[in-house]
Amino acid sequence: MFDLEKDFLYDLSKEVKTGTTVMAVTFENGVIIAADSRTSSGSYAVNRVTDKLTPVQDQIYCLRSGSAADTQIISSYVSYYTNMFSIEEGSQPTVKKAAHMFREFLYQNKQYLHAAIICAGWDPIEGGSVYSLPLGGSIVKQPFATGGSGSTYLYGYCDMNFKENMTEEEAEKFVTYGITEAIARDGGSGGIVRKAIIDKNGVRRKTVYGNKLKKFWEK
Amino acid sequence: MSGIGTGYDLYPTTFSPDGRIFQVEYAHKAVENSSTAIGLCCKDGVVFGVEKIILSKMLVEGTNRRVFSVGEHIGIATAGLTADGRRIVQNARQEAKNYENFTSDIIPIHVLTERLSIYVQVFTLYNYIRPFGCSLMIGSYDEEKGPSLYCIEPDSVALGFYGCAIGKGKQEAKTEISKLKLSEMTCKDAVKEIAKILIKTVHDETKEKEMELEMSWICKETKGKHKLVPKKLIEEAVEWVKGQENEED
Repeated sequence: MFDLEKDFLYDLSKEVKTGTTVMAVTFENGVIIAADSRTSSGSYAVNRVTDKLTPVQDQIYCLRSGSAADTQIISSYVSYYTNMFSIEEGSQPTVKKAAHMFREFLYQNKQYLHAAIICAGWDPIEGGSVYSLPLGGSIVKQPFATGGSGSTYLYGYCDMNFKENMTEEEAEKFVTYGITEAIARDGGSGGIVRKAIIDKNGVRRKTVYGNKLKKFWEK
Repeated sequence: MSGIGTGYDLYPTTFSPDGRIFQVEYAHKAVENSSTAIGLCCKDGVVFGVEKIILSKMLVEGTNRRVFSVGEHIGIATAGLTADGRRIVQNARQEAKNYENFTSDIIPIHVLTERLSIYVQVFTLYNYIRPFGCSLMIGSYDEEKGPSLYCIEPDSVALGFYGCAIGKGKQEAKTEISKLKLSEMTCKDAVKEIAKILIKTVHDETKEKEMELEMSWICKETKGKHKLVPKKLIEEAVEWVKGQENEED
């Protein structure tokens, strides 16, 4: 029997969500951000090579989790407004400013959105900073942050292994292993590990392909 | 009655044949009818002084303000139609608050100045609203950038100044200001110098009634916040000015 509510209306609203793992960590010279590359719609992987590292400004990136549409549109709004403000002020926008703009959008429209964002980057005033903006539209500055469905498998790992002021090598290992572990354990995360290192010299992007991902205790 | 602009001066929407907008120039005249206000950029802050003519002994001192705060860190002094000035200040306060809500940072003074400039300019475009009949001086002090002072006139031109005067006595005041060494002056000294210019040079005791000094500052001492200069300091400055007069006599 065709049930209007169950079969028709809810099917239409099965939006594309990024079942995801994203991580951002501050280190001595800036921040390193990393993400997996799977975008899923139910059990179908819409995109297995997604780039979830979205630039907002030259040295400010955001990591998107939740509804792909919601997070894409908000990050383009914030990109637009940070551009406008930086032209008006004649100076580079700070990560704090971009993060607080994200907060305004997420909080004021919380009824309509399903979006969680990590805003991370480097600016000359604070150096590297990471801001976590979870579902309700709150904002909190953290030394490192994780997000997405795969982040549940990383709380223990991060708490045990994070250190303040890591070197670039240590921080890179920290995020790579983290995303690898989440990909291994979380069905909503998969594909490759995309990384970006943001410091005063700019952004360097790196990728770790599937066959190069470290296997921990497996043979 | 025919004057210079006859025929081309009914609305701000008409240019005269020599390229002037007379309504905006008449708005300047409204500013020139008002009492003088001075703003100085010193090495550790910005000081405003306004010569307020006391129209009646029944008026309570300290009311009928001519200097206003926008946020905590910006001060605005007005000359011209006070009501027009208050309207612009209200807009400035809203801009500052919106900026702070959106970005969690306090609004930089040059951003506020440009936005107010754009706001004032709108009123020179239409025939059903008149231009603002007031000039504003906007000042702020920042530990890194130092003091900043801008002046917006009724034609919406905003310029940055080291020292500025608006109102009736602005020409004499500007001459006196140009004699001062502003980069070496502290705010406390500036209070005295402004009092001297307003009391001696600008205010004509024979022609006008008594005056009241309204002064405010944003400086290192107030930690970058816009505050009224303490009454004691103003009284000391007035005493100092009287002392100077006696010396010269």
